[in-house]
Amino acid sequence: MAGRGVTWLGTPTFPKAARTALADTQLRTNLRNATTTIRGKRAGAVAELPDWEPLRLAGEAIKDEVLADLGTYLERLEAAVTARGGVVHWARDAVEANEIVLRLTREAGADEVVKIKSMATAEIGLNEALAEGGVQAVETDLAELIVQLGEDRPSHILVPAIHRNRSEIREIFRREMPDVPEDITDEPRELAEAARRHLRQKFLTAKVAVSGANFAVADSGSVVVVESEGNGRMCLTLPETLITVMGIEKVVPTWSDLEVFLQLLPRSSTAERMNPYTSVWTGVTPGDGPKNFHLILLDNGRTDTLADTVGRQALRCIRCSACLNVCPVYERTGGAAYGSVYPGPIGAILTPQLLGEDVDKQARSLPYASSLCGACFEVCPVRIDIPEVLVHLRAEAVQAKNKTSPEAVAMAALAWAMGDARRWAAAQKAAGIGRLLSRGGRITSLPWPGSKWTSSRDLPAPPKETFRAWWRRTRG
Amino acid sequence: MVVVRVALFATCVTDTLYPRTGQAVVRLLERLGCEVDFPAAQTCCGQMHYNTGYPKHAAALAADYERIFTEYDAVVAPSGSCVGMVREIYPKLLDSTQAAIRSHELSEFLVDVLGVTDVGAYFPHRVTYHPTCHSLRMLKVGDRPMRLLRAVRGLELVELPEAESCCGFGGTFAIKNADTSSAMLTDKIKGITETRAEVLTAGDNSCLMHIGGGLSRLRAGVSPVHLAEILSSTEEEPWQAVA
Ligand code: SF4
Repeated sequence: MAGRGVTWLGTPTFPKAARTALADTQLRTNLRNATTTIRGKRAGAVAELPDWEPLRLAGEAIKDEVLADLGTYLERLEAAVTARGGVVHWARDAVEANEIVLRLTREAGADEVVKIKSMATAEIGLNEALAEGGVQAVETDLAELIVQLGEDRPSHILVPAIHRNRSEIREIFRREMPDVPEDITDEPRELAEAARRHLRQKFLTAKVAVSGANFAVADSGSVVVVESEGNGRMCLTLPETLITVMGIEKVVPTWSDLEVFLQLLPRSSTAERMNPYTSVWTGVTPGDGPKNFHLILLDNGRTDTLADTVGRQALRCIRCSACLNVCPVYERTGGAAYGSVYPGPIGAILTPQLLGEDVDKQARSLPYASSLCGACFEVCPVRIDIPEVLVHLRAEAVQAKNKTSPEAVAMAALAWAMGDARRWAAAQKAAGIGRLLSRGGRITSLPWPGSKWTSSRDLPAPPKETFRAWWRRTRG
Repeated sequence: MVVVRVALFATCVTDTLYPRTGQAVVRLLERLGCEVDFPAAQTCCGQMHYNTGYPKHAAALAADYERIFTEYDAVVAPSGSCVGMVREIYPKLLDSTQAAIRSHELSEFLVDVLGVTDVGAYFPHRVTYHPTCHSLRMLKVGDRPMRLLRAVRGLELVELPEAESCCGFGGTFAIKNADTSSAMLTDKIKGITETRAEVLTAGDNSCLMHIGGGLSRLRAGVSPVHLAEILSSTEEEPWQAVA
């Protein structure tokens, strides 16, 4: 996609993509099993902490403080990173960020980079951009590797291959890994071992690594990555050059602010008390770790998002994926239906905002991909009121649309009728004619768009007497 | 506590499609000593407009609501979703929300304001309860409806599997994402039929319309009945299925 943007949007609109996904029963089973398990575990891990609510409030407050004064914190971060021997780059959009990574990789004389899970680089389509420039990117996170080898797309923030089951993964490995044992089974241990052997060679030879960042501390210039396999640690320490691509909203003021997020994140995402691997690095240290460290601060629509006082709360997101795991819509459609690296409830509010004016039909359909059940808000560790933002973005979509769309006309007519009790009673009377369509007290088929309802549901026949008519007759 | 005057906010769905629920609320509240009024100027809380992206239309309806209900000590509505709109969203749309603040969902009003859980009801049926999303998460009515149901004589309450998952209604979601909505409904209905309950109850007629529409299509033999109708049913005047 030209200009700024989130890669691979432009798939069919959500309702269409969802229909395809809904028909895939294997996908639905895989997702249901995975989300049900993690949902239960998360609830347990959260219930262990007596101060979960205060922690959420603290997380929200820290992020809001950062967003309110983002420029200052970023400059402080830049100064601290530079003072410790790192180099900071600012990238307005995907194209700029990709160019910087490609240039730095060439300067390091490499044609291959190892990568540790980074949503930001997926957002900007870095792997594809590098490939065009003759550089191969190797994903080292197991789930990312599965997605990459399967020539697939990530469908979950934390478990990008959540839509795959073990035997599917075994097939992908057998097909794509040259050195995989013929008789490999679908035991998780064997699969992980195969991946480890495959990656070891890459770690030892790679000159350049690319990472994302979960947090960066403005005061000290420290960058933090949390992961569960330890492969990230290899990327962060073995290569000569380390390039980190980080969304500008990931900055936190001080080291002690991290404490809050290092509690909120693991319990929300993997239901663990503590993250297995938390790597922190600050600039460069002679004789230890990478010789060169570059930090790319990525905007790509974030500044515009910040300007929207309701929508900006999406920038508090710490990518824990708890909202995906509880979302009844995500559970049934999977991540691909959202057409973005950010699927599920957070994707539905973040993607259209990051795209801004580039918003297309797919992105515009995302805020409607929710029944507004509120489960996402309830679990979000930084208290993003996702339903509020969804409705806000719907209002923006309506504004951008033709005022004479059938929906807008119907809504206006309804509001007009409801604006006055007499007009409303008349409208109810008209609706009562619906009785003519009914048989045995139910309506089983309506013309379009009501047909979308009656495809799977009956409607009750309107009663002979409305409540207000009853009240007037008996009490009035 | 004696509430002198209670205004019933019937909600557009109950007023138009489920008058029996409105009648049940009146009967129940009068039985408990309230003086109930139905301000005839009322129409709709504006939730559908708000949620679909038409906040201006919603704000106009919200202003009407404020005006119409402002003179009452308390407003009661048989809908967690509409009361959620009124109490949680009106403050974003209006400057003054006095009536909104005094608005209660039925189970909240009974338990918190009137202080009763045994309302003297009789309902000899096997019942399962679906906690609708807005009652559950927006209003946090908690176990109030269950406590009310447990005190009903003759009623056998059976737990609904995965009770807290959304039924897939979501207002215009049911139309705009009809396939996903139906998939959610299918799972909800599976849970309901597993309970072998005769009656499905909830505090929201819109969700009951959705789930009931699916039950009816499948001829599942489960009747959707609003909580108010169960609580208003007595030995002398028992609830009866509509023909
Ligand atoms: S929106 Fe909240 S729950 Fe969802 S991924 Fe972000 S932080 Fe986690």
